[in-house]
Amino acid sequence: MSEHPKDYLGAKMGMWLFLFTEILLFGGLFVLYAVTLQRYPAEFHEASKMLDTTMGTINTIVLITSSLFAALAVTALQKADIKKAKIFLILTIILAGVFLVNKYFEWGAKIGHGIYPGSPDIADWAPGKQAFFALYYTMTGLHGIHIVIGMAVLGWIYWLIEKEKCTPDYFIVLENGGLYWHLVDLIWIYLFPLYYLIA
Amino acid sequence: MSDTVMDKGFFAPKGGSKIMEWLFTTDHKRIGMLYLWAILIFFSVGVCLGLALRLELFAPGPTIMTQQAFNAIFTLHGVVMIFLVVIPSIPAAFGNIFLPLQLGAEDVAFPRLNMFSFWLYIVGGGIALTSLFTAGGAPDTGWTFYVPFSSISTTNVSVAVLGVFVLGFSSILTGLNFIVTIHRMRAEGMTWLRMPLFPWALYATAWIQVLATPILSITVLLIAIERLLGMGIFDPARGGDPLLYQHLFWIYSHPAVYIMILPAMGVISDIIPVFCRKPIFGYKTIIGSSLAIAFAGSLVWAHHMFVSGMSDTAVMVFSFLTFIVAVPSAVKVFNWLSTMYKGSIRPEPPLIFALGFIFLFAMGGITGLVLGSAGTDMHVHDTYFVVGHFHFVIFGGTGMGLFASMHYWFPKIYGRMYNKRIATWSAIIIIAGINGLYFPMYLLGLAGMPRRYYDYLPQYTDLHQLSTYGSWITAMGLVLMFWNLWHGRKHGRVVGKNPWGAATLEWTLPSPPPTHNFDEDPIVTHGPYHYDGLIPEEDAVNESEGDK
Ligand SMILES: [Cu+2]
Repeated sequence: MSEHPKDYLGAKMGMWLFLFTEILLFGGLFVLYAVTLQRYPAEFHEASKMLDTTMGTINTIVLITSSLFAALAVTALQKADIKKAKIFLILTIILAGVFLVNKYFEWGAKIGHGIYPGSPDIADWAPGKQAFFALYYTMTGLHGIHIVIGMAVLGWIYWLIEKEKCTPDYFIVLENGGLYWHLVDLIWIYLFPLYYLIA
Repeated sequence: MSDTVMDKGFFAPKGGSKIMEWLFTTDHKRIGMLYLWAILIFFSVGVCLGLALRLELFAPGPTIMTQQAFNAIFTLHGVVMIFLVVIPSIPAAFGNIFLPLQLGAEDVAFPRLNMFSFWLYIVGGGIALTSLFTAGGAPDTGWTFYVPFSSISTTNVSVAVLGVFVLGFSSILTGLNFIVTIHRMRAEGMTWLRMPLFPWALYATAWIQVLATPILSITVLLIAIERLLGMGIFDPARGGDPLLYQHLFWIYSHPAVYIMILPAMGVISDIIPVFCRKPIFGYKTIIGSSLAIAFAGSLVWAHHMFVSGMSDTAVMVFSFLTFIVAVPSAVKVFNWLSTMYKGSIRPEPPLIFALGFIFLFAMGGITGLVLGSAGTDMHVHDTYFVVGHFHFVIFGGTGMGLFASMHYWFPKIYGRMYNKRIATWSAIIIIAGINGLYFPMYLLGLAGMPRRYYDYLPQYTDLHQLSTYGSWITAMGLVLMFWNLWHGRKHGRVVGKNPWGAATLEWTLPSPPPTHNFDEDPIVTHGPYHYDGLIPEEDAVNESEGDK
């Protein structure tokens, strides 16, 4: 029943708690990464060289820019510029799509070369190198799923703005959606150096 | 007997489809009732599975089932009891109903999210049960899903862990909801230090739910990925490490036992002073110990892995930290006993269950130290000693806490009283049964009987049979208790607002409470254990009925 008094601080607190749980979800994987890296530093160095740093850099820039657009969308709505807010929201979603397309080609190239867990081509690789790619696919894959969820959430918020359920007087939904998007961006900012730049 | 003019409160139909208005309700009391019924149904499933296991172990060799069925049934018993019954039990059912009432709030902070949590619970439970009937059959890995077996077992582990993932999500959202509720929804004058201890316990629990459950989610997700995509993250041949699975699993699953026990401790802390007519002894130390348990409990997970292969230093550190956690638990027990000292004790059924909790929990807690100490753990690790310890704590602790809450709040929920004499007898039978069921397990474990074995050597027969007899006594007690409550719902004697003379806010409302909770926002002027001027309505009834 939505006639409950809208508690701005409460809604924000709930979102921050949720973001904590997301960080912990990825935290489990970062722990796995840290332990495996410590065990096979040389193999990680070698495997990291096989990743396409250009692609990674482009995607990093794309995602940071999308995060900026998300923030601009929030500011625009707060300033009651609904049209601008909607444009920035669309731009955010488009850049998220660009990220995924880029990722698709990157993964596709790797898989085309037979580099994926369980592939016969890498069965005789050093275990550390195989572990690197197992973690790479798991973590970037889970991150990719978060991008998709983020796109859906931002799309839903766009619809809410359209229906005037998210308004300059009541913008917490967009603000929380923006926070979620910043988190997805932030996780990538950690993933990028850990996989692409440690060579 | 039946009082037709009795106000139905939040049970009253709103017009329209009865099923729809319950399934899509955002009323925290109705959601709590839905949880309660679902949990009790799953509980009876879990009990039947447990009874079947005990029956199989009545004699050495095959008795009533095959080895594979035995493995599947002990796995299911664990999964159903842990993820569908014990973890949601008190917080999701009674927490939902009574947290907002005790805070003087009109609902939880996010009522729709609350409904969503319930739906995730049902869907997650459904997925977990689906694994029974689909390709490969019921999982046979045990509820811990240890790799490498869980990644190669031909049974339907993937679907089961997916169910656990969804259930974890439900638990996280409930915890999140409760934290925000406690921070933001307290009535005027309800300062932090005027909160009853039940909300305090839920608060500590909710933090564990929010902080620990995501680790379980990612861990079981990794199993599913391992099985479906063959990642090799836990496969040593491909650079993985099965020990890391155990670490990640226990980082959640040890704190999870505090998700199970803290809410029960909260209920007990609320019940004991009511039936001793004395404020709780050491209110602040009980709060402090709840928070200390939540914090320190997050740092002890590797005590499950003393024989898995760890450095001696790690073993010593985790053993030491485990002993530290025992301190706040013991603090609570002493607080409860001190509350009773020189109190005006009324031996009503909720108190009998609460005393059962203290006794059984102490039995389980003390044997926990045997397991927490690395030296003695080597001897009893993976034996029936562990099974006995765990069930004393969880069935004897959380289970009794759940039954105590059911008997304590029953008159508030239904506005009627069950037969108190039968309730007391059922409590005594259950407490006796639990001892009969689990005490022999300590002896079996010390004698070297490994857990999860389908067969055993003849010298263990007597103790196994004793335990199975105990399971029958427990089951009889449960049937008696549930029958009594079921009957009392419709046919019990009608009671007033505050039969026990308790001082928390839910007892200022009519029974059952109305949908909107409080007619006007309450203003709290005193603490939750302030009994001046409150006379238990039951006292007069007990007197007029003589001994009954
Ligand atoms: Cu533990």
